[in-house]
Amino acid sequence: MRGQVVVRLKQEVLDPQGVTIAKALDNLGYEGVGSLRQGKIFDVELETSDPVAARTALESMAKDLLANPVIESYEVHLLDQDLLDEGLPNGDEGHA
Amino acid sequence: MRVGVVYYPGSNCEQDAVHACRLVGLDTTLVWHKQESLDGCDALIIAGGFSYGDHLRCGALARFSPVMKLVERFAAAGQPILGICNGFQILVEMGLLPGALLANDGLKFRCQDTRMQVERTDSPFTNACAEGQILRFNMAHYEGNYFADEATLADIEANGQVVMRFCGPDGERGVEHNPNGSIHDIAALRNRSGNVMGLMPHPERVLDSELGSSDGRLMFESLRNALTPSAPAEVAASVGPVEVSIDV
Repeated sequence: MRGQVVVRLKQEVLDPQGVTIAKALDNLGYEGVGSLRQGKIFDVELETSDPVAARTALESMAKDLLANPVIESYEVHLLDQDLLDEGLPNGDEGHA
Repeated sequence: MRVGVVYYPGSNCEQDAVHACRLVGLDTTLVWHKQESLDGCDALIIAGGFSYGDHLRCGALARFSPVMKLVERFAAAGQPILGICNGFQILVEMGLLPGALLANDGLKFRCQDTRMQVERTDSPFTNACAEGQILRFNMAHYEGNYFADEATLADIEANGQVVMRFCGPDGERGVEHNPNGSIHDIAALRNRSGNVMGLMPHPERVLDSELGSSDGRLMFESLRNALTPSAPAEVAASVGPVEVSIDV
């Protein structure tokens, strides 16, 4: 089963890279970019085919290492195509 | 009394830290990150550099080195631990110090001299300084922009955990004297009980006035005072090269 952990700086933490990229887009002529935040994506392949176990494992990885909870928030997504095809919830809820 | 300088693959300031300690007369040894003993050390310095190539986040992976379990116990026992540059980042990632270190404001790696004013001298790392003394150190980092949320910051200030703040030549504060954007101009921070301290600038690089400043000696002399309360004022002026074998 494939999963994804998205890590981004918390809203209250200034993201100077995001600000710089937004300015660059403006310079390129992309008008109307209000704000832009940069983050990280971790694509993880897991041996398990149990979505509950996969989610638990990804949550734990995010907490233990992938995100620094002082400055970052994370989201866990399951990417297994079968799961998506069945229309099961892939749990997009975020975590502070 | 013995000081251990902890280093990792990618550390690059451990020899300077050993040299600094020996210069003020401290028995000093290197502690490789895979060691499972602290060799009877009474204080530790977590050396600067780029442990594990700064992968994921600066200091994030060093936390899992075998020696770090011992470092945690050492901290809990109230023994002095100083984290310099990457060492500060590691202590913050481990949770031994509060907050986090973000990319410098302006997104530049800054290698320059910087000034800091000493606010607390009741510390194993600043007891040889005068309160309000302005120190000139060198710094070289990209991720040294100290950040803590409002509640943590209030806690830090209320507990007197800020040991030094960035300042100008006469102690003036302001963005033009803050080299990395650290909140509240925080330059050196300690834990609640005061035995663990971290800072981004490098005291081990300013030991001789012929190299611009000898202010860094004060921190190592402070550590010597803390470890040997009746330490002699005169210490060995010259020390030999440090021998090291690396087994990554």
